[in-house]
Amino acid sequence: MSKVVIKAESLGKRYRVGERERYLALRDVLAGFVRAPLRRNGRRRSKDYLWALRDVSLDVEQGEVVGLIGRNGAGKTTLLKILSRITRPTEGYAEIHGRVGSLLEVGTGFHPELTGRENVYLSGAILGMRKSEINRKFDEIVSFAGVERFIDTPLKHFSTGMQMRLAFAVAAHLEPEILLVDEVLAVGDTEFQKKCLGKMQDVSKSGRTIVFVSHQMNQIRRLCERLLWIDAGRIQQSGPAGEVIAAYEAATMKGAQEHHGVAGSPIFLGWELGDAGNILKDGSKEITLNFIISPKEAVRRGHFGLTIRNGEGVAVGGWGFDDLSLEAGVHQLHFTLPYLPLRPGTYTIICSLFNGGNNLTGGKMLEHWNAVPFLAVDTLPLSHQQDAWAGILNIAANLEISTHNRDRKDVRAQAGMIEAESKFDST
Amino acid sequence: MSAITETPILVELPVLRITPPSRWWTIPFSELWEYRELLYFFVWRDIKIRYKQTAIGAAWAVLQPFLTMVVFTVIFGKFANIGSDGLPYEIFYYSALLPWMYFAAALQNATNTVVENQRLITKVYFPRLVLPLSSVLSGLVDFGVSFLLFIAMMVYYRVRPTAAILWFPAFLLLAILTALGVGLWLSALNAIYRDVRYVLPFLVQFWLFASPVIYSSSRVPAKWRWLYGLNPMAGVIEGCRWSLTGRGRPPAGPVFVSLGAVIAVLLGGVAFFQKLETTVADVV
Repeated sequence: MSKVVIKAESLGKRYRVGERERYLALRDVLAGFVRAPLRRNGRRRSKDYLWALRDVSLDVEQGEVVGLIGRNGAGKTTLLKILSRITRPTEGYAEIHGRVGSLLEVGTGFHPELTGRENVYLSGAILGMRKSEINRKFDEIVSFAGVERFIDTPLKHFSTGMQMRLAFAVAAHLEPEILLVDEVLAVGDTEFQKKCLGKMQDVSKSGRTIVFVSHQMNQIRRLCERLLWIDAGRIQQSGPAGEVIAAYEAATMKGAQEHHGVAGSPIFLGWELGDAGNILKDGSKEITLNFIISPKEAVRRGHFGLTIRNGEGVAVGGWGFDDLSLEAGVHQLHFTLPYLPLRPGTYTIICSLFNGGNNLTGGKMLEHWNAVPFLAVDTLPLSHQQDAWAGILNIAANLEISTHNRDRKDVRAQAGMIEAESKFDST
Repeated sequence: MSAITETPILVELPVLRITPPSRWWTIPFSELWEYRELLYFFVWRDIKIRYKQTAIGAAWAVLQPFLTMVVFTVIFGKFANIGSDGLPYEIFYYSALLPWMYFAAALQNATNTVVENQRLITKVYFPRLVLPLSSVLSGLVDFGVSFLLFIAMMVYYRVRPTAAILWFPAFLLLAILTALGVGLWLSALNAIYRDVRYVLPFLVQFWLFASPVIYSSSRVPAKWRWLYGLNPMAGVIEGCRWSLTGRGRPPAGPVFVSLGAVIAVLLGGVAFFQKLETTVADVV
């Protein structure tokens, strides 16, 4: 049985509105005294307070990587701050077993006047490393950051990228039993991000527990097994990563789609994915989408159209079927695809039903319908690690390298690769 | 509450309980000890940064008390002819300026420390007491440097130290505790009310006149001496002057009163600071 290392029981954090990010000046207090008689009857009104977090309970087991998702201001960072003891809860309690390291910011404690070397020690100590530990890891940290040549230069002469790399390198070499991370991977160039992601995965493999906040769903999918979705200070849903992301993205999209007013339909009554509800677990096998429809009139030379769109509204596939004959009453349409290799995410299915032809042959549209709830694809991500390059398809690919002994010119001449010369060189 | 017993406890890992702030406070000695390396690094950072980009660097640590001593000697010693208990004015003033300059600088550092480190406070946990503690300790290096000049002056003016000098570390400790106690109050207050930093220069100036730096406490009527001792710096400065030069009688009475006052200020400061500590990340 796994051991629970973080246990929180109905945690809550209340802020006075306006208290955060603000300090008092004496005159405010004096003004408060003057105004006090007006407020004397009755305590402070409840609208002066804001619960940034309320009634949050969770158990995190040793070695788990738990992701926190939610909109900005939903309370994710507040939860991390309570667990890392930066701020105290207003109610509830948490128990933590083991040394906690928190990374709420990259470069915490860096000072521009100190050299790179001095900053490594200072920042390391602030993040909770022992001096002996830093001594031991110093060379590794510096080479991870790739700043060997500048290590004895004051930090203010470093480029921003170098500062960030050094800062993350220090943080990445923390070895607490529990690591709390707040969206810090979004630094540096893509090459460095990849390195950091790899480092995080190493950390989680070595049995340490990670609680991780991110807005990048691809990162979350890669790193976390379990997710907590926090909304307005409360846990909205918790569970396996794919399911929670699907629900979260569906909710985000629902908000965006409600404007179109397509919910509630007289003809399309519902749909399901084989017998798996609306979650697609494996895109490499045959799948069947069943639609339940109930036309009010007989359909002759009818047309059924179906398009799948991704979260950004891009059509990833569409199919049309003509010459359908349906009587009035309830029918099921079984739509089968041999495979559907889509990248994990949330998709919408848009269907339409025409009578007497399709839109080009003078048919009449009976109904146009957005499948609700959405189709969630929860498969293993197989494409590029970064959202920007991963595209739509999710297909496992393989890369092999074969090396030629002849020199490059001969190979190019032989293979007719002269045109590709510049491309070859730039990579 | 039965949930706690169901939780499997990891024997090898320390268990930490995070709860809403309680009304009681304690001095977290064991935690401070655990964070001693961080304290060391904060002190080290303060010292490293203090004289960066200055032309003469650590010489300021000597120049500040030295120039003040010259001014005091000329104005209060030669012109106003305030008595110096038979000591050369230079020695009389410098021996008092040593602890006083340390105290004034430590207050200055401590007052700003919470505000200056607000980014750290909102991003990382460490016992916040480390901050005022480090700002009070980092001033000791300046103190050490300016003390070297004092040794040279003792040789030059042929003032031979007596056995009383063995008491000096005790008075230095008292000075540190005083600076820490007052610094705790000021740093916490400054985090809530930024007015404090504008008040501080006046406070330091008035405190200077209320302490036996310019004059000797022998000028204070004997029956009011104990009251005078309520100013902890009175005990510290008189004690330093006596232990360093060996002149006069040990200021035992006022020192005991000062000691009591220091303990009261220090405990109150810790309590006040800790009360702030629970909310400081939300306030600064």
